[in-house]
Amino acid sequence: MNSSLILSIVTFVYALATVLYISSWIFNKSLLGKIGTASTLAGIIGNIAGFILRWVESYQQGIGHAPLSNLYESLVFFSLTTAIIYIVIERRTREITISVFASPLPFIAMAYASLSPNMNDRIQPLIPALKSNWLIAHVITCFLGYAGFAVACGLSIMYLSKQYMNSSEGMGARIPSYDMIDELTYQMIMFGFLFLSVGIITGSVWANSAWGSYWSWDPKETWSLITWFVYALLLHTRLMKGWQGKRIAYISIIGFAAVLFTYFGVNYLPGLHSYGQ
Amino acid sequence: MEEKPASNSILTPIWNFFASVKLSVITLLLLAITSIIGTILPQNESPEAYYHSLGETLFNVFSTLDLFDMYHSRWYQFLLLLLCANLVICSLNRLSSTYKIVFIKKPVFNLAQFRKAGNRQDFTSTLPIESLVEKFLQIIESKFAKCIVEKNETGYAIFSEKGRWTRLGVYGVHLSIILMIAGGLAGSMYGFEGYMTIPEKSSEHVIHKRKSNETIALDFVIRCDKFDVSFYDTGAPKEYRSSLTILENGKEELKQDIIVNKPLRYQGINIFQSSYGTTAPETVSLTFTSRETGMEFTKSVSIGEEVDIPGGLGKFTLQQFAPSFRFRGHNIGETFIGELTSDGSDPKQIVIPVQFAKFDKMRGGDVIISAGNFEKRYYTGLQVTKDPGVYIVYTGFILIILGCFITFFMSHQKLCVEIQKEKDNCQVMIAGTANKNKMGIKFIVDRITEKLSKISR
Repeated sequence: MNSSLILSIVTFVYALATVLYISSWIFNKSLLGKIGTASTLAGIIGNIAGFILRWVESYQQGIGHAPLSNLYESLVFFSLTTAIIYIVIERRTREITISVFASPLPFIAMAYASLSPNMNDRIQPLIPALKSNWLIAHVITCFLGYAGFAVACGLSIMYLSKQYMNSSEGMGARIPSYDMIDELTYQMIMFGFLFLSVGIITGSVWANSAWGSYWSWDPKETWSLITWFVYALLLHTRLMKGWQGKRIAYISIIGFAAVLFTYFGVNYLPGLHSYGQ
Repeated sequence: MEEKPASNSILTPIWNFFASVKLSVITLLLLAITSIIGTILPQNESPEAYYHSLGETLFNVFSTLDLFDMYHSRWYQFLLLLLCANLVICSLNRLSSTYKIVFIKKPVFNLAQFRKAGNRQDFTSTLPIESLVEKFLQIIESKFAKCIVEKNETGYAIFSEKGRWTRLGVYGVHLSIILMIAGGLAGSMYGFEGYMTIPEKSSEHVIHKRKSNETIALDFVIRCDKFDVSFYDTGAPKEYRSSLTILENGKEELKQDIIVNKPLRYQGINIFQSSYGTTAPETVSLTFTSRETGMEFTKSVSIGEEVDIPGGLGKFTLQQFAPSFRFRGHNIGETFIGELTSDGSDPKQIVIPVQFAKFDKMRGGDVIISAGNFEKRYYTGLQVTKDPGVYIVYTGFILIILGCFITFFMSHQKLCVEIQKEKDNCQVMIAGTANKNKMGIKFIVDRITEKLSKISR
């Protein structure tokens, strides 16, 4: 049993959870939703086990480091944080439908990590630039931020979907109220914004201790700043101009597109973060 | 939004323009959109490279718009300045009203507002009103905050509030952004960023500034005693390590090894491990073979040294070493280059690649020169910076984290408990208000209600 195998199984557990949640929503069977929740919990446990085991394996290979050093490892961690966040919201609000829109995220991330042919899932030693205590703080905070924004995006898609459904009966009626989705989206964005800010800052302090410059306008840095601008704009339109609902949902989706570009798109541009590939 | 009463009517529209949230939103949008350009178009390359890849028209347009170094262009800095001006004026505008709420001596509570609150809870009690007030005060003061009791015709009202100061959180966030931009500005004005390369066992005190041909002489000398690079089994680099010594007036002041992520700081100057390479060795063992007799002559030669080749085959001067040398379009690796002068002919350039001992044979000369052992000598590439603005920026960093946390997750909460005397019993109403996070205050109201109703039985 190694970490790669566990994490491959986790992919299918998350997939199962997604299928169960969607079936529960479509066929109005709450039991399916409960099994979906159980699957998610199983997935989270497996995800944590895989994460820890990978950490242990790296020490066994004599190149011990936290499994947060390349794209594969970051996707594993991203799935974990996203799954934890949506299961917490599901428990707090007792709204299974929220998981219908959020559960595909950890599944897609894990599927990409496990199945993409270009993905390098070998445990590699750290190159000199990554040997720093800031690595853990930087990656964890960034990905907590990304996970917050991912769940916010799922909620926003849910909000916009409700607009096209009959909200008095059937699937549309099983989506939580507009007010609730709106409030949760806003909370997720505040959470994400705080952690994105801390993530940018830890990266910046790290860069200053590694390269002697806290900001170099490297494409990934710049894209994280663009993302920050988009969400800062969202917060100001909401708090100061009272924007709500549909408009916030659209900005939240645009914001997450910027997150995705910061995460993946930037790998196709030249820059300092090339080890994230 | 509250407007600043301005005595000068011409300034009012300008003030209002800078104080508007619309301006913040538009500036943030413009910054987000324009910042994309510099991530797609590589920045700070040579004009020739841009001209070559873009063509004349695009080159001229982009050049006029300053897109080749856009984050330092006038228009981008203008946008940042606009954001700052907007932040400052918007904050000042709102601060006057916030100030009145936060630093008030005697806070005013509006009972009617609490009665209308959505989180309101009610219950009745048969206990005497005075004992209720006394018990309630105790609980609210221990579970929430200090209380004010007001007596009115029908009974008592207990008011309590906390987190008044959290209303200032947002100004902390705004101030932090000003600090970061100011720190960045201070760094670019009073700091520098440069590099120096030092071969092992050599010293250097002049650094070259990036993006210009300027040089800066440091007040001290840096000597590289040793450079070491180690690799993992996979071939990936493991560690770059330079052993450095700082010398002042010829005296050794400090000895320290630096690696990536562990720089050396001395007199406000930061020295970082940045690159490395191989440089000319001190000596190399050269072998001269006579084509006619096959006689070999080996000598240890240093760069710049002239060798008299025995047998009247001429004079050879070792000129330089190239870590990688291109010969007719092929990279032939580490190579020594020298000059051979034989009697009665012009000097000839001799190329001696380390890896190919028979290379010089192809030249067809009377003497064949090949390079043998030499001790590999590295040079270390150091990034040298000075940034007096960095602490201002770091203060901004701490402030923005605290400010965001306060703004997002803390609020100014008010609680009101009204006790009205009726015929045989007391009517108790509990309600709360908050400037943010309505769920949070509802939770508090519910919790306090539970406690109060318990002791009222």
